[in-house]
Amino acid sequence: MALISEGFFTENCWTLLKAEEAWPFNGDILVPLERAGEAAAIKRVGRLGVLLPNTAKIETVVPLFDEISLLAVNFPAFSDGRGFSLARLIRRAGFKKELRAHGALVPDQYASALACGFESVEISDERAIRQPQEQWRAAYLARDVAYQRGYANVGSILDRRRAAK
Amino acid sequence: MAQLKHPQILFANDLKDGEVLFLGAKGWVRDHRIAKIAATSEEIASMQAVAAVDLAANRVLDVYPVDVTLSPDGHPEPIHYREKMRTLGPSMRLDLGKQANGVEFGDI
Amino acid sequence: MNIAVTPPLSNGPRPAMYYYDTFDRAFVEERVAQFRDQVERRLSGALSEEEFRPHRLMNGLYLQLHAYMLRVAIPYGTLSSTQMRQLAVIADKWDRGYGHFTTRQNIQFNWPKLIDVPDILQALAEVEMHAIQTSGNCIRNVTADHFAGAAADEIEDPRPTAELIRQWSTNHPEYCFLPRKFKVAVTGAEHDRAAVLLHDIGLRIVKNAQGEVGYCVIAGGGLGRTPMVGKIVRDFVPRADLLAYLAAVLRVYNSYGRRDNKYKARIKILVHETGLDEFKAQIEAEFAALDRSGTNADPEEFARIAAYFVPPEFDAGASSAAFEAAKAKDAGFVRFAETNLSAHKAKNYAIVTVSCKPIGGVPGDVTSAQMRLLADVADKYSAGELRISHEQNVVLPHVKLDDVHALWQALQTAGLATANAGLITDIIACPGMDYCSLATARAIPIAQAISTQFADPERQKLIGKLGIKISGCINACGHHHIAAIGILGLEKSGRESYQITLGGDPTFKAAIGERLGPGLEADEVPHVIENLVAIYLNERQGDEAFIDTYRRVGQAKFKPALEREVEDGSHL
Repeated sequence: MALISEGFFTENCWTLLKAEEAWPFNGDILVPLERAGEAAAIKRVGRLGVLLPNTAKIETVVPLFDEISLLAVNFPAFSDGRGFSLARLIRRAGFKKELRAHGALVPDQYASALACGFESVEISDERAIRQPQEQWRAAYLARDVAYQRGYANVGSILDRRRAAK
Repeated sequence: MAQLKHPQILFANDLKDGEVLFLGAKGWVRDHRIAKIAATSEEIASMQAVAAVDLAANRVLDVYPVDVTLSPDGHPEPIHYREKMRTLGPSMRLDLGKQANGVEFGDI
Repeated sequence: MNIAVTPPLSNGPRPAMYYYDTFDRAFVEERVAQFRDQVERRLSGALSEEEFRPHRLMNGLYLQLHAYMLRVAIPYGTLSSTQMRQLAVIADKWDRGYGHFTTRQNIQFNWPKLIDVPDILQALAEVEMHAIQTSGNCIRNVTADHFAGAAADEIEDPRPTAELIRQWSTNHPEYCFLPRKFKVAVTGAEHDRAAVLLHDIGLRIVKNAQGEVGYCVIAGGGLGRTPMVGKIVRDFVPRADLLAYLAAVLRVYNSYGRRDNKYKARIKILVHETGLDEFKAQIEAEFAALDRSGTNADPEEFARIAAYFVPPEFDAGASSAAFEAAKAKDAGFVRFAETNLSAHKAKNYAIVTVSCKPIGGVPGDVTSAQMRLLADVADKYSAGELRISHEQNVVLPHVKLDDVHALWQALQTAGLATANAGLITDIIACPGMDYCSLATARAIPIAQAISTQFADPERQKLIGKLGIKISGCINACGHHHIAAIGILGLEKSGRESYQITLGGDPTFKAAIGERLGPGLEADEVPHVIENLVAIYLNERQGDEAFIDTYRRVGQAKFKPALEREVEDGSHL
């Protein structure tokens, strides 16, 4: 899968563990939430990340914060915006490490994803071909002040108005 | 060869201007009377394949087959009133839409 | 640093409405550039139709039966004469010389080409207009009382609140991919003209026991397939907390609204399935947990916005002498004055409703010539300001009584003087199958037939206020559920079939209309309306409106309206 950071495709050292797959000994592994409990019993080398369904309850996610290096939220379809709210709840609960939007996002949603607290976006190789780096980078650079406060925007229009008085 | 229940023509929209198009003998036409008519499922399938190329090439969108009957002149006329409207235009503004170019309204 | 506020673009009076500052301007211009790029990427195939569609919709561009359709936002229905003139320019340059006013106070153009839309958006941006979020699963145009700032029964002008919400909801990073569309309405008067009980969120400006201004929040109202009257979720939210509270509601909806079934995805279904108490508890929990001060608007910001809406100075010396004199001479003018004027808070002023329902005409359709005339009369007689009502009429909010006659004469030259505001021929109709790809039947010809049937002004006056609303499909954009007489166009056995509903009410006494009986053929509808009116006139006590008679006598009394004589003289 392709990984986007600051609008660039970057090296993705994370592997997604599929449903029935065995845990590999080495490497940074991203596991679905329902398999996260297996981690405690596994002896391995590498970082642990958890992929959440976008319906995950924040109470089940918070206990994972300390053990993991990466939290990813699944976007099953780009029209399904639940991940944006979940990201807000995750950041509000104090998660400070990497938060990744995973799945079906288009570059036009990149700014929203970043504003809601995601740091990176992970998409399929097929999508990466259809939506090449220029589009992600352009979206990253086009971010501008927003009307809303409290989001990780470039800035808020309200704050600019206040500053200009 | 599987005969279709009704003969069919293929509708689509022009991506750039949004107008209703019909697949003709060679490419897309704006007058349903000269649309290519499929009588069998193989014929409509091959028409869909042609349309798929133009869909992928971002020339048309929203392609679908429509059941027609044949007028005495051999022209295809959509059976359902919604599709008939798409060949004409707004029923209370005869100066707008395809009907303004001489397609007759009549009873829908 | 000086924030440049847009100077007025015309030499006429500057209407009391919000004007963009540098940031608003930059935002809209950036959005135009963004859409231009998205169109190019769509044409090149970099964006598939499926990927382009949400962006197309969030810029108000639909694909309809015959062509694309662009829905331009008219925030809370308020328009300046300059903006109205530009809409005329757009109609002429890129469309077919007319536009359609909608039941959400927007305007629709029915024939734009995709390749022209970026230029149309540019032309809109030049007059501080846009088509942002008039479609798609996001927060839509915030609507408000079309008599705002003028009505005699006003408690507070709802438009500063509506403008605040408009800005907050624009391109909101968290709430642009909701389960479904989200509609907000604000009212600030004793009588609700914004149908707040029939919106996803309705806000009623109220004062608490301490005299502080805040909002009664209503949620889960809506029409469509499953019409529901909204429920109060909070009696009082202080003004300062409005945005935080809305954020809490939206977060609950975004997280829990159904996404498995398009017809069960509105917040009204969530309220219904969750249960009101549990739903309220979820909102309150989120409201308690979120960072209020980080979300709320600055009170200074609200004040900044509100300052734009301070009404023009009214002439304390305005008289009604010329008005009365004109009435004494002209029965036609009397009819207009009696029907199309509403009480203004300033002495010897009136709110004038310009009917866009000429007898036998297309409800809500206005030509570019008419738009220009409306702009001119707005400048001359209404402080440069117009409103679009959700009833698809135009409102001139601040007209001196003594100017009404001259205004009326000017309106007559453009076919805009029909004296039928609120009467039986003031019909609301969605575009229906003449334009809309969602429609199951046509709505406009039904409106035209009924209008023609009841053309006689004396008969209209006798019948009095009677709202007929027609929807061309179950999505109910014609608001038929909340009409005294509602008409729903469906398909039955390959033909258009019309169902009548009775007893709907869009006001604070909100009610959903009840189905009268089986569907009718198109040509039967005017006759059945005739029968309904006859029964009403027979049952009416005093000057009861139709809705009051209906409530008093019940539906059974109206059933005979459906009886039809068959060939052998027997009744169906």
